[in-house]
Amino acid sequence: MLSIGLRVVGMIALAVAAASATGQRSWTAESVDPWPDLVRDVFVGRPLADGTGLIAIEMPARAEDAGIVPVTLSAIIPPGDKRVAVAFTLVVDMNPAPVAATFKVGPGVTTISTRVRVNDYTNVHAVAELSDGQLYVVSTFVKASGGCSAPMAKDSEEATANLGQMRFRQFTGSSAGPEAQIMIRHPNNSGLQRDQITHLYIPLFIVRELRLWQGDQLLLEMQGGISISEDPNFRFSYRPNGAATFRAEAIDTAGHVFRGEWPAQPAG
Amino acid sequence: MFFPQHFNSLVRISAAFCITALAGTTASTFSQQSIDPLPISEVAPGVYVHFGVNELMNAENYGAIANVGFVVGADAVAVIDTGGSVREGRALRQAVQRVTDKAIKYVINTHAHPDHVFGNAAFEGPAVFVGHHNLPRALATNGPFYIKAFRREMKSTLDDVKIVPPTLVVDDEVKLDLGDRSLALKAWRTSHTDSDLTVFDPMSGVLFAGDLLFVQHVPVLDGSVIGWLKTIDDLARIAATRVVPGHGGMGDWPDALAAERTYLRRLASDCRDLIKRGIPLVQAADIAGASQKSNWELFDEYNKRNATAAYSELEWE
Repeated sequence: MLSIGLRVVGMIALAVAAASATGQRSWTAESVDPWPDLVRDVFVGRPLADGTGLIAIEMPARAEDAGIVPVTLSAIIPPGDKRVAVAFTLVVDMNPAPVAATFKVGPGVTTISTRVRVNDYTNVHAVAELSDGQLYVVSTFVKASGGCSAPMAKDSEEATANLGQMRFRQFTGSSAGPEAQIMIRHPNNSGLQRDQITHLYIPLFIVRELRLWQGDQLLLEMQGGISISEDPNFRFSYRPNGAATFRAEAIDTAGHVFRGEWPAQPAG
Repeated sequence: MFFPQHFNSLVRISAAFCITALAGTTASTFSQQSIDPLPISEVAPGVYVHFGVNELMNAENYGAIANVGFVVGADAVAVIDTGGSVREGRALRQAVQRVTDKAIKYVINTHAHPDHVFGNAAFEGPAVFVGHHNLPRALATNGPFYIKAFRREMKSTLDDVKIVPPTLVVDDEVKLDLGDRSLALKAWRTSHTDSDLTVFDPMSGVLFAGDLLFVQHVPVLDGSVIGWLKTIDDLARIAATRVVPGHGGMGDWPDALAAERTYLRRLASDCRDLIKRGIPLVQAADIAGASQKSNWELFDEYNKRNATAAYSELEWE
């Protein structure tokens, strides 16, 4: 449905450079709003309708830690409307690589929560594609700064030792319905940090793709960028289909493939 | 006024009238010669400390929020942390020179945070910079980010800040000889940060704990809550009698550890409980550790961040 591009150069960089020249970076109405260009580039002419009442995005108004900002995307389609969400795109407008992730979702996956890096005060847009092919958009505003260029791991040595480890959890007791969570150890290095000793950029090293199956049913397919936080973490609702196992596969930019398999818990 | 105690008599009189005016001026209106020495206390013979204010770093406090100090031996001086600005570093250097004419042989950084290293440029010269074996990498990756991140609050007081890495690194333990006294330096597992170092002076029984100990100021988690709790138990075994924490007043050892241990244990157990119950991160940040608020200063500025860090660490247990 959608492609991820890295917009390192272009309007955002120019706007940042202009703001820096005046001695401060502040997001004001006069600053360039990157959203219209993003819409054109990412959604390539497809119309975006107002998603209020159909989809939702939740984020804290102010991030405590710009490197780990929680976000929840939901489909809240009213009972009379037979459509379902088949994909979500999460865009952190002011980030160097604004398209944080795209998610293709299977039956019953109506909410997805993850954590993102936020580099500056910014609008965050969620675009959902429904089963009729129509795109809908909602947005929120987050105050945070420095997520993408902030120092990554709190413990660099441990990050290397644990690369690719996965955890899978199932939450079956909630009244909101069953949820599952897939987590993978990965520094998700943005490639935007410069090593002051070598003066080289610490290379891009991220989880590019992650898939999760319930039996043979693909529940979640994530294509991710640098805006996903270290140790990518995705929690989502789903409908149990009686399969005996869940399976996950993740691929990073170095070509590593990580896999996991877990038995399905009986519904609580 | 950020240097309240240490004025000569002439300045003391005029200071009373000048406080509002001085508070409004920036570093650039002072020449290097007119920087007053940093106010210091001699907490033990030959052991001097400047106690920082429990605030966030900003232009008004010149980043002087951490405890910094120095130890004078028969032959040489060791400085322990240099403060949150080059101005503070220069004032600390003046304070050393007022006490002794012995050379500063070592400048020890207890970890990579800006309030402890931003004054390093004031000590460049023959002195050997000392730190944890992870400090060079921590400064290389964090340094430029901190300088950028603090520009909003610090403004021109950030000028002249240079990242000066250690040339002598501590893998486990190192002793620094100052003549008649020898400082015992120890590098720790990831705790407050991944570059924590302590400095123990057996002659006085004083331990400089760096930010491995916070008193009054809420502990700030930027490393590992599990590691920090283990380190606290190990620290307690050091044969010190008193401790200079990274923030807050001096205390008896090891009693001074108790409050911090309680906070970190509560933070961890709250997070474990929330994780077990499947409460997501965004809600957990509001709940974990919240019961401890009345015990700490700057709690609202840091607890949610601590909770976010601890939760995302403990999810992997």
